[in-house]
Amino acid sequence: MERLQFELECQEGAATPTLPPVVVGVVGSGNLEILVEGGAPAGRCRVAVATSARGFAGTWRAVLEDFAARHGPSGLVLSVNDAGATPAVVSLRLDQAIEEYRGGGR
Amino acid sequence: MTGAWDTARRSRLARLERARGVTAERWVAPAAVTALLEALLEPGDRVCLEGNNQKQADFLAAALGRVDPARVHHLHLVQSVLALPEHLALFERGIARRVDFSFSGPQAVRVAQLVAAGQLEIGAIHTYLELYARYFVDLTPRVALVAAVAADREGNLYTGPNTEDTPAVVEATAFRDGLVVAQVNERVDRLPRVDIPAGWVDFLTVAPTPSVVEPLFTRDPALVSEVQVLMAMMVVKGIYAEYGVDRLNHGIGFDSAAIELILPTFGEGLGLRGRACGHWALNPHPTLIPAIEAGFVRSIHCFGSELGMEAYVAARPDVFFTGRDGSLRSNRAFAQVAGHYACDLFIGSTLQLDVAGNSSTATATRIAGFGGAPNMGADARGRRHESPPWLRAGREANHQPGSMPRGRKLVVQLLETFREHMEPAFVERLDAWDLAERMGMENPPVMIHGDDVSHVVTEEGIANLLLCRSPEERADAIRGVAGYTPVGQARDRRAVEALRDRGVVRRPADLGIDVRLATRDLLAARTVKDLVRWSGGLYDPPRRFRSW
Repeated sequence: MERLQFELECQEGAATPTLPPVVVGVVGSGNLEILVEGGAPAGRCRVAVATSARGFAGTWRAVLEDFAARHGPSGLVLSVNDAGATPAVVSLRLDQAIEEYRGGGR
Repeated sequence: MTGAWDTARRSRLARLERARGVTAERWVAPAAVTALLEALLEPGDRVCLEGNNQKQADFLAAALGRVDPARVHHLHLVQSVLALPEHLALFERGIARRVDFSFSGPQAVRVAQLVAAGQLEIGAIHTYLELYARYFVDLTPRVALVAAVAADREGNLYTGPNTEDTPAVVEATAFRDGLVVAQVNERVDRLPRVDIPAGWVDFLTVAPTPSVVEPLFTRDPALVSEVQVLMAMMVVKGIYAEYGVDRLNHGIGFDSAAIELILPTFGEGLGLRGRACGHWALNPHPTLIPAIEAGFVRSIHCFGSELGMEAYVAARPDVFFTGRDGSLRSNRAFAQVAGHYACDLFIGSTLQLDVAGNSSTATATRIAGFGGAPNMGADARGRRHESPPWLRAGREANHQPGSMPRGRKLVVQLLETFREHMEPAFVERLDAWDLAERMGMENPPVMIHGDDVSHVVTEEGIANLLLCRSPEERADAIRGVAGYTPVGQARDRRAVEALRDRGVVRRPADLGIDVRLATRDLLAARTVKDLVRWSGGLYDPPRRFRSW
C-alpha cells in the first residue's frame, strides 16, 4: 500500500459550492473508489490516494493534472482508494465522480 | 529420361505393402496405430499432424509419440498449430526435428526453449493461408494424420462443425500420392454429410476418447470493462458508422466482444441496423448472438466452430453456412480468403504497438506465431472490387496529386494503453527485435506492419493513420492516443492538438460521445446467462462458463 498526496492548482478561481459528498466506484481488483467533498481553498484541489500499486506517483500526477485541467475542481477534496486501476479507469472514474458531485448525485 | 515419373506413387505402394504386415484392412484398432505409423513413415518425411486452432488429432499425436525413434526420426512437421504437449514431445524424443507452422499459443514458451536447446528447427512461421499455400507448392505432406467426428464403413469422413484445416490438408496430401490416416470419434452406418470422400483416406481408427476441441472464442460478458465499452463506442461511432462498414472480421479479445455486445443498443441508436455489420468472416462468437437476434447480421462464414453454439447455429441457416444435416460447415482456408479479400475492415488487439504502428505479440521468451492476423489485418493489394468504405479509406490515404487512385482496407488496432500489471502497450521498440536477435531471425516477427494499419483506437481516442502525411505525423498521432504510457507522455502536445484540429486524432468528445454513458448498461448481454436467454435457450455454454 502506498499513500500519495497531491495539491492541484485549478484555473477556475471560484471554489465549487459545497455540495453533499459523493462516492463513485468500488474497491475491487483493477478498480477504485473516489470520495468527492468540499473543503479545499479556492483555486486548489487536494487529492489523497491510497493505492495497492507502488511506484506510480508520476503517473498519478499526470492523470490528476489532466483531470484538473479538464474540470477545474477548485475547492474540492478527493480521497481515492485504488486497487490497481489503470490510468484509463482512473480517468473515467474521476470524470464520473465530478459529474456526479456537480450533478447532485444524478 | 524414362520411367522415373512415379517415385512418390511407388513409395506410397511400398509403404502400403509394409502396412499390410500390421493390418489387413483400412480400419485399424487403436492399439495397432503406433505400429501402423512405424510401417508408413520414413525418416525425414514431411508430416501434417492435424493441429488446428481448435480441433486436435490428439490420439494420433500420442500414437506418433510412441514410435521407435530408431526407426522414425527427423520428421518435418508441417501443421498450422503446435497446441499439444504431445507435439513438442516429438522433438524431445528426436522423432521430429523441423517444423513449419503458423501458431503455437499454448506452447510458445516450450517452442522457444527447444529452439534454444537445438532440438527444434523452425523452417518458417507462416500465416494460415501461407502454410496452406505451401502445402501445394513445396511443403506437401507425405503423411497426414487428421481428425474427424465420424466415418462410415467405407471411410467417408464427417468433420462436423470443426472442419477447419482438414480439407486443405487432405487435398494436398491425397493428390500427391501421400497417405492419410484419420482418427474419428465414432464409426456409423450413415453419416450426416460427407466432408472428405473415402477415396482420399487410407486408414481409420476409432479413438478411445473424442478429439480435443477448445472453446477459444467464448468471452464472458461479465468480464467486459467500462473502458472496453468506451472504446467500443468510439469504434462503432467513429469508424463503423462513419465509413459504413458492412463486411468485417473481428479479433477474439474482450475489446472486440464489447463492440459485438453494444450493436443492439448503441449501434441501434445510431441507426446502423441494416447499414453496417451485416456480413462477417468470424467464428460463431457467443457474444454476437444479441446482434444476430437484433437483426444486424446477415451472414457469417466461419474458420472453425465454438463449443456450445451447435444448436443455435443449426437453427439459423440463413446466417451460417450449414450442411444439409443442419450442422455448421467451417473451413479455415476459405474463411481466411474471405477475411482477406471480401471484408472491408479488420479489428483486433495486440500486445505491443510502436510509434510507427507496427504491432507484435512476440515477447523475448515466447515464439507464438501469428495465425491468421497478418492476412486479416493487411490491405489486400490484389483486391479490385469496390465498396464505399474501401474507396473512402483509399481517398484518405492517397494524397499525392495525380497518383493512381486505389481503395484500401480498414485495419484497426484496438488496445488499452496499459495491459494488466501496468505493462504499457505502447513502446518505443518492440520486444520482437530482441526475439529476432535471440533466435537468429533476419526480421523481427511483426504481426501487423504499421503501413497496413489505418486506425489505432485506445481509451483516449482514435488516431487515423490514413490521414498522416509523414512518419513524424504518424508518430505524433500514435503518441496522441497512447495515454499515460511513456510513449504517450513523450508527446508534443501542440502537435497533437494540431492533429486534433485536422481530425487525425479524435477524442470521445470530438465524436460526440459522453464518457459517462460508457457503462456496462450498454451491453446487450451482461452475463453468459443473458446470451443463453437471447438465443432462446439454444446456446449451451461449456460448463466452465456457467455460474448458475
